[in-house]
Order: sequence, then structure tokens, then C-alpha cells
Amino acid sequence: MIINRRDLLKAGGAVIVSFAFHSELGRSVKAFALQTSPEKPVDLSEVDSFLAFFEDGTVTVYTSKVDVGTGVRTAIAQMAGEELGIPPQKIAVVAGNTAMCPDQGGTGGSTGLTRGGVEIRQAAATARQAIIAMAAAKLAVPAANLTIVDGEVRPVSGGAGVTVASLIGDNRLEIKTDPKAPLRVPAQYTFVGKPLPRRDVAWKCTGTNSYVHDLTVPGMLHARVVRPPAIGAKLVSVDESSIRAIPDVRIVRIGSFLSVVSEDEWAAVRAAAELKATWTESQTLPGSDGLDRWTRAATPEREQTVVTRGDAAAAVSGAATKLSATYFWPYQSHASLGPCCAVADIKGDGGTVWSSSQGPHGLRNNLSRVFGLNPARVVVAYLDGSGSYGTNGGDHAAADAVLISKTIGQPVRVQWSRQDETGWDPKGPQQLIDIHGGVDASGRIVGWDTHMWLPAQGQGGRALLAADEAGIAQEHGQGAGAITQNGDPPYAVDNVRVLVHWVKEVPLQLSNLRAPGKIANVFAVESFTDELAAAARTDPIAFRLDRLSDPRAIEVITKTATAFGWQRRPSPNPSAREGALLTGRGIAYMRYKQAENYIAIAMQVEVDPATGRIGVRRVHCSHDCGLVVNPDSLKNQIEGCIVQTLSRALHEEVTFDRSRVTSVDWASYPILRFPEAPPIEVLLVDRPDQPLLGAGEAATAPVAAALANAVFDATGVRLRSVPFTAERVKAALAGKSSVTEGARAL
Amino acid sequence: MATYAFRLNGRGVSADSWDPAQPLLYVLRNQFNLHGAKFGCGLGQCGACTVMMDGRAVRSCQTRVDRVVGRAVTTIEGLGTPAAPDRVQASFVAEEAAQCGYCTSGMIMTAAAFLAQTPKPTADQIRQSLAGNLCRCGTHTRILRAVSRAARA
Repeated sequence: MIINRRDLLKAGGAVIVSFAFHSELGRSVKAFALQTSPEKPVDLSEVDSFLAFFEDGTVTVYTSKVDVGTGVRTAIAQMAGEELGIPPQKIAVVAGNTAMCPDQGGTGGSTGLTRGGVEIRQAAATARQAIIAMAAAKLAVPAANLTIVDGEVRPVSGGAGVTVASLIGDNRLEIKTDPKAPLRVPAQYTFVGKPLPRRDVAWKCTGTNSYVHDLTVPGMLHARVVRPPAIGAKLVSVDESSIRAIPDVRIVRIGSFLSVVSEDEWAAVRAAAELKATWTESQTLPGSDGLDRWTRAATPEREQTVVTRGDAAAAVSGAATKLSATYFWPYQSHASLGPCCAVADIKGDGGTVWSSSQGPHGLRNNLSRVFGLNPARVVVAYLDGSGSYGTNGGDHAAADAVLISKTIGQPVRVQWSRQDETGWDPKGPQQLIDIHGGVDASGRIVGWDTHMWLPAQGQGGRALLAADEAGIAQEHGQGAGAITQNGDPPYAVDNVRVLVHWVKEVPLQLSNLRAPGKIANVFAVESFTDELAAAARTDPIAFRLDRLSDPRAIEVITKTATAFGWQRRPSPNPSAREGALLTGRGIAYMRYKQAENYIAIAMQVEVDPATGRIGVRRVHCSHDCGLVVNPDSLKNQIEGCIVQTLSRALHEEVTFDRSRVTSVDWASYPILRFPEAPPIEVLLVDRPDQPLLGAGEAATAPVAAALANAVFDATGVRLRSVPFTAERVKAALAGKSSVTEGARAL
Repeated sequence: MATYAFRLNGRGVSADSWDPAQPLLYVLRNQFNLHGAKFGCGLGQCGACTVMMDGRAVRSCQTRVDRVVGRAVTTIEGLGTPAAPDRVQASFVAEEAAQCGYCTSGMIMTAAAFLAQTPKPTADQIRQSLAGNLCRCGTHTRILRAVSRAARA
């Protein structure tokens, strides 16, 4: 049976929104039905779930992997286009709409291409097979002699062809994805591996990209939520007269969930700011001062050995030279530049939620479970948001909008304030890490023993703020991602252990934040490696290369060293002084998750001992993530990882007192600014013969260690606690360091 | 409800507001459907809402609508379109100087106002000119290149 898809789209549903993704394809499909089209398959086994062909020669790809500014949409179009023989410029990508897109999992852990793109590539390879078979029948040419170029199936030897569009029209293929459908050979790639401009960039530079913040639906009201002044505080009373001067504002209160709603956005903003309410006191937090000591002393829920090879503790204790050090990474915020926004239109037990969530399918299920909706009647539709780098406050904003819309029976747009975004987004966790290492007389690392104190991960969905405030029962899971990985060294070591002390009490709600866990673990492991190299009076790169055998590891380090102009010598730098400044260089290497990308980063820094200010003069990064799909977008991601992590390492720490987060805006939670941004050179190692690996976050992980190692080279002082604020550096240089213990010979 | 008349992207317009202190940002987004300027903080700290008023870069979240009367406001939409971008927009596109893009309008408006005042800037002047604009994705090096390119264009 062949179904005409265009009719389906026309028949779609009640809610039509402006949607810009097709406009550049020469086909002005501005209005797009976002309600369920039951006839469109979303099953992962169906080719039609991923691909729709149109009679004008364009193709639409459907995926649950969303593009939070990474360029994954463009890369997926390249991968699909490569298999289909259709230029990616003719391929639109619809992402993260639960009614239309197959559930390939949420967008996290750099799986946009490794799962999203790879599954679509296989569906496209299957489609290619079917299209060539159709053309073979029509042209009376054997399938083996046909290829597809520029949307046309042609005999390899030349002669008349037939277009894909004329073969399929607007119809479906109605076939299952064939896991054995042959893929194009990398040597013959025409689109993959070549830079392709992201079409969203031109829209973003002209104010015409559609963000969830920009969405208006008929009858929509603006809402703002008044969050409690303390975590866990209960609402006692509301003084409605305090906002009497603001026209047409309605207070929506459910238990301790307090919000204001108005047709006029500014009225809602003002009302939320001026509404007087009385809340109970609540003091549930330990405070962020001395959080490292608190973390060590906190009640362990359980211990878990995540890596074990030989007997690390015995090897360290029997070693000729022993070293120990403690590293600390604080809570950090996603600090999305745009506070989260969501629009919800809930009617009865269903409706539509527009969100920039990185996990639309999971959000649909969680919202349905918590608010008593029927997931089959709920659509979560992704629209672009401000960059999120993990699960920021977006899911909470969606819950706010759902609760208010459900309560008042009208579509509602909620946008968070700056203070709520920075204060209430679920946070990247604090990490306390001890490393004990032992080296024998020949310089061999005989034992490596990493101990981590990490907040316990709890099973279940992440609790939604609105539901807790409204008194709606829900799960209280805590998840921050795979935060124990990369706690072991990537080098030849005889005995290794990584032991995790899971800390029971978790002060702030957690979530995954770019390179979750790995960011601090690699900081610790690669700083400690440098400490071992310095203790051995060995050049840091030579020390690493002597303990590596994987050629891909060696290649990224060597490339980075060459690009940097690395002269071999031990740290610290004997000629560090340049006028009033101290200068030095540092290196860090990592294989992400010990199984994925190979990355080496070197940087040159200056330190002003008078002020403690660190300046990064230049950064060089060599990056091997296997097959490269879009080199320019990939470089953009790597550069972003590096700059954002310099920001996290130099400036960022969530502070809180006994009641609330106190770092709530750009003054109290500062991030890196333009005058601090260094020039960055990224060298890509393209390996078309190797599987592609995700690259949205991996380059984050080695940055802080390269920075700390460079500061050590410049000053002889080791920074083991992030952030490296000027004040902290100045104190460390004065010998008054610091919250963490120094490396010491035992 | 008072009415406030000003020029917006080259044409005369009037906005209604019940509150003379209503920030221009909300007027632009909700009355004129110009969504390029973004709400980032409402505090004047991030620059995502930057527009030009009489050629100067201003934070539209901190600009009261009654202070806009008689002025000429230019938003990112007034510079150019995807098909016909102005030189700053074209330079940002050429350098692919955006990731999520939420800060991009404010960057471009700040840069456009800066380049109008300082046609031949040094690299350091460009850095300083953007010191009040925040980018969270870490696109800084590309944005700096884009502004340099626009200065040479």
C-alpha cells in the first residue's frame, strides 16, 4: 500500500506553527503540522521512520537527536546524502519531535552521530538498495551497474538515468532497515569528510532562526514562576495586593508552586518580581565553603571498584618513590546564555509541549508520568534553544508550562529568569579525587590508586521542580552521567585501581554537564601524571610517550607537540620570567572514556604573580575521532569545548549557603570573556577507515590539566582545585595554598 | 495605554505600553515580532538583547520604551537577510561564527556599532569591544575572526 505523505501532513493536527527548516530548499513549507500523524511510522525498524522522499527531489530526515548548536543536523544530512546520492543541501532534518521522529535516545554522551547518524546512514543505505532496484526494473539495467549521483540513478557506464524523485514521488518505501545493506566506501565519499556550511548559521546571523523562545501559538499566555527563596521552603501566604498595580495578571498557585500569568509578557515579568509572598525557612544545604572537606567526611552510601588490575594499594606502598595528591572540582552550572523556555498546550490528558530539551522522548514520558497525562496523546516537539551542554533547566521549564497550562486550560509560555536559570538548573556534581602513585627505581609506574568521592546516583526520573512544589508525588532520581570514567591512567602501569566512594547526601540536584565526570577525572589523572614527570625530572611529553604504545595516542601527542613547538625539558620552566610575568607550557593527553577519541592539548600561559591572573596565550589541539563527517563544524565544537572549559577551570564555581544557591547571575557566576579568549589551533586526524566517534564534548576533558600543568611550568606551583581564580592563584603563589593537599613524598 | 513613536529599521512605528518602563526588548519581540534580540539576563550583563539606537549599541533589556521616542532603532533584522546579509552578518556566516546562536544577534549588533565608530580596529580593540558580550558555547575565536573580516570588507 502506498500512502501519499503530503496529504498526511495536510491532515496533521490542530496546532500549526511557523517552522523555517524547509524554506531554503526552494519549497516554502513554513507551516508544519506538529500533532500526531498516526500513519507516519516512528518504529526504529522502518526506513520510512527516518526518511521521507518528496516529488521535488528533496528528502526529510527524522531523528530524535537534536542540534543544540553542534551542527549535528548538517552532519546527519551529509551522512544520509552520501548513501542516497542526494546532495545534503536537498535534505532537511526534523529533530526531536516525538510524534514524527523515531526514538534513538536522547542527545547526550556525544551520540548524535554515533547512534543518530549511524542508524540513519543504515536506513539510507537500505533505501539506496531499494531505489536502485526500482531503477533497474525501469531502465532494464542490472542493479550492479547503477549508481546514484545528484539525485539521479544512472548506469555507471553512462547513458540515460532516472531521478529518485520520479521513482518515489511523494510515496513511502514501506521497507525495513536492512542491517546488511552495503554502505558507500569512504574512498568514494563526496559529501562526508568535506566542510559543509551549517544552514542554521545564516539564520542565526540574521535573527531568523526559530527558537522555542520565539514561538507563539494562538491564545498563548505568558507565565513566570516564582521559585521559593530557599530550596525546600513551603509557601505560607501570598499578598495579592502587592501586584494590584499591574494590569491583567492572574496568580496560579498549586500548593507551594507559585506563578503569575498574563497576556502581556512584561506584566508577567514585573508581577513575578514584585509579588510578595511568605515562605517557611529551609536550611538543608551544607554550604559551598569547604565543600571538598564536607565531601570527604560525608556518609558514604557504598564503595565501588570500577577499575582493578593487580594490587594497586600494595604496589604503591611497596614502591621506591611514592606520591599522593588531592584534586577537587566544584559544582558547576550549565549557565545557558538564554534562560530556559517552554510552551505547553495541555487539554485533558494530552497536548503539545514545545521545548529545547535534549531528550524529548524521555521528557514526554516523565511529564506524562508525573502530571497524569497519556503519553500516547502527548507530543514533545523540540525547537532550538540556547546551548545547553547537558540537561539544563529546560525540562523543568517544560514542567512549569505543563502544570500551568493543565491548570488553566490555555496554552502557556514560560521563560525562566537569569537568576532561576543559574540558580535552579540541575548542576554538574562536585568531585573529590585522591591519587596515590608509586614509581620503582627504574622509573616504571608500578602502582596507581585513584579514590573518588562522588555524589550517589539515584535510580529513577529526575524530579521536576514544579511537581515537588505542587506536592505531586514523583521519583527523585539523581543522574549526572557516567562520572567515574577516565579515573585510570591511559599509560603503562602495572597495578591500577579506581575506587569510588559514593556519597549519600547530594546537596543540589544533579545532571549531566559536558564531559560529565571525565572533566575532573582527566584533570586529576593528567595533573598527577605531570607531577610524576616533574618528580622524575623528565619532560612531560617524553614521560607520556615512554608509557604509551597505541599509535593513535602517539600521533595526537606528537602532532600537538610539533604544532606547539615543544622543546623537551622538565617542568618547571627554568626561564619562566618575562618582565613581570611568568610563562610556561603544559600538555594533557586523554582517550575519552578510555575507548573513544584520542586528544592531546598543549597550551602556553602567562601568570601575573602580582595579581594571580592567568592568561592563556595560545592553545593547540590534535583530535582523532575516527571518520570525520564535517571538519569545519567539528573544529567549531572542539574550539567551543576548549574555550568553555577554560572558562570552567578559570572562573566557575556554584556557591551556596545553607538555604540557596548564591551564584545566580553573570556577576556572581562569571564566565570567560573575549579579552581572555586565546587563539586556538585544531589539527584533525581524519581516519575514514575507522568508525566515527562523537565529538561534542570529548575535547572538554583534557583542558583543565593542560592549563594546570602550564601554570606549574610557569610558577612551580601546582593548582589542584578548580576554579583557578586570581585570588586563589595569588594565595597559592604566596604558599598559602589551598583547599587541597599538596603532592608529597610519603 | 500610552503610545510611543519611533523609527524601527527605517520606518516610523508606534508601540503601545501600559508601562513607560517596559523594556524595548519586550516591545520588539511581542509587538513587532522581531525575535532577533534575545532575553539573556534582563540585567544588562550579557549583551544578547543588543540593538542599535541612533547608531549606538544599547541593551534593549535596559532601555525603557519611553526613552526610545523619536529615536532610530535598528535590530539584527534591519541589517540584512539570509539572502542579502550586511557585511558583518556575511562575515559571521563566512567564519561560521555561531554555535547555538543565542548570543549572535547581540554580537553582530555590538560589532556593527563598533565598526561604524572604529573602521580600522586593532585585534585588541576588537576583543575589548566585545568584552561585555557573553558567549557560552565558546565561539570566541571565530567571532573575533568574523569581526576582523568585516573590518577588512
